[in-house]
Amino acid sequence: MPKILISDSTLRDGSHAVGHQLNSHQVAVYAAAAEAAGIPIVEVGHGNGLGASSLQLGESLISDNEMLISARKHLTNSKLGILIIPGFATINKDLSRAIEAGVDVVRVASHCTEADITERHITYARQKGKEVYGVLMMSHMAPKEMLVDEALKMELYGAEGVILMDSAGAYLPSDVTEKVSALVNKLRIPIGFHAHNNLGMAVANSIAAVEAGATILDGTVRGFGAGAGNAQLEVLVAVLEKMGYSTGIDLYKILDAADIAEKEMIKVIPSIKSESIVSGLSGVFSGFLKPVNRIAQKYGVDPRDIFFELGRRQVVAGQEDLIIEVAQELSHRRDIK
Amino acid sequence: MSTIPKKIKVAILGSGNIGTDLLVKTLRSPLLDCTLFIGRNLTSRGIAKAVSLGVKVSDLSIDAIVRKPDCCDLVFDATSALSHVKHVQILEKLGKIVIDLTPSNIGKMCIPAVNLKECLNHRNVSMVTCGGQASIPLAYVIGQTYNNVDYIEVVSSISSRSAGPATRVNLDEYIETTEKGIKDFSGCKRAKTILNLNPAIPYVDMQTTVFVKVERPDVEKLKPAIDKMVNKVQQYVPGYQLIVPPTIENDRIVVMVKVRGRGDYLPPYAGNLDIINCAAIAMAEEYAKYLLKKGE
Repeated sequence: MPKILISDSTLRDGSHAVGHQLNSHQVAVYAAAAEAAGIPIVEVGHGNGLGASSLQLGESLISDNEMLISARKHLTNSKLGILIIPGFATINKDLSRAIEAGVDVVRVASHCTEADITERHITYARQKGKEVYGVLMMSHMAPKEMLVDEALKMELYGAEGVILMDSAGAYLPSDVTEKVSALVNKLRIPIGFHAHNNLGMAVANSIAAVEAGATILDGTVRGFGAGAGNAQLEVLVAVLEKMGYSTGIDLYKILDAADIAEKEMIKVIPSIKSESIVSGLSGVFSGFLKPVNRIAQKYGVDPRDIFFELGRRQVVAGQEDLIIEVAQELSHRRDIK
Repeated sequence: MSTIPKKIKVAILGSGNIGTDLLVKTLRSPLLDCTLFIGRNLTSRGIAKAVSLGVKVSDLSIDAIVRKPDCCDLVFDATSALSHVKHVQILEKLGKIVIDLTPSNIGKMCIPAVNLKECLNHRNVSMVTCGGQASIPLAYVIGQTYNNVDYIEVVSSISSRSAGPATRVNLDEYIETTEKGIKDFSGCKRAKTILNLNPAIPYVDMQTTVFVKVERPDVEKLKPAIDKMVNKVQQYVPGYQLIVPPTIENDRIVVMVKVRGRGDYLPPYAGNLDIINCAAIAMAEEYAKYLLKKGE
């Protein structure tokens, strides 16, 4: 049976779904459940990765280090993973400490056209003997040729795999097939896919990725992640098994882990709300959902108009400050009318 | 008596985006004479631009100055943070004034709207970072307006096209140096810096947002002080504009500025090059006035 490596983003992407308010008890309980289910990689942290706790993106309830230590205690066979985005976090302030806290897997991410900012961080993590992946975020924004060039840079820097993130949930299965195939054909290292469910395609897109040759998939239990959520991990595991792929994950125990997560930390199970559909259509980062709704209310403008205007401006993940500017502009325009 | 205005001799080390934009600005200055433009490769775009402007060029990197120390009084270092560490020792021995445009964080930090005169007492001056030049004047005003500022956060977005290889490899230094500058100039307890590269076409202008956490955020008190400071920065950075005046959103103060460049080398979207270079020129001209006055 062909093997698919599952990386569980519940304790990282899920941070977006609760305004970055995960506590150490929740991290510990879920990490233990994930370990019991045999999940290969458990990713932990602020939704935007290490060092991202901020007024711009939302402040975490507990520090990166507390989160990592809480998870580390409960992970033996499962590896502890982190995400780091250069521009938010640095090696000195963040990555070196995370490695001291016992991280096994380091994913270094950039916007999909900016892979060269990951060189130092990938090199550093490899030198520390970690398993290192490159991540191209918001990958719907670049054509396949450009994604191949950027992924090749990450391969050159030492990444042991490259993950395409559909951060805005904007892909259709045919887009996945086209882009993942291009990467699989040109790179020697494994390719992965990270889905969001804005257009209801997260599981279907993940399957399209695997059929195009991807061997790494991300998911979160109950889809617990930014915006409309991710590929629902327990569904994904079940579907992969049904299709004859092996994940090494115990079905009953991943179902148990999902139930535990629902009880312990998922206040509202992510669903495809109206604004998330617009976020997917306009190609705006899923993590913008909460601030867009909040700021739309403050300025009395339609959050859907904000999303389309942000999409027109081609904002990238991390530019949440522009929501205020756009909302002010829309409200001025309305007042003039 | 000569009627030709006197100038001091300056060399520019580094022929990337920053160095080349700086060259164009130097040529416009009544007080600065660019005697040498130095890169590592005679076929680079920056060197070609310098040649087209009739400026003497070299591909010998720092050795160009070591071999002919009389070529300049002042050196702009527009290489990378790591290279600057080496350059600074050599240039110090040669007795040169150094204006550092890398985020090495070695020299005295200079924000012209805040501490220009004070920097004249130093021979190695750091222009901090582009995001620092855009945000620190505001952070300084915030520190002057409120007691016990707990936290200041600065988020900048720049066009990918304006970030050359040295900028990209120096992101960590950019963040740490900007954070230090914010803390030093505002007195806030904690600071954080974020940088986003945006590849959108048409290219996006440089924008910087400052978020502040204080106990009693009275923005009416802050507004006139910010307006005054923006005006002061505009004296040397004409394209610096306030686009979101102090506003309270979600219990934080938000202030946002945009920098349109003069389009000297890269087009106006590259406000990040423009602001740090305008600041460096302001500093160099201040040295020039001082040295020329002393020489009389």
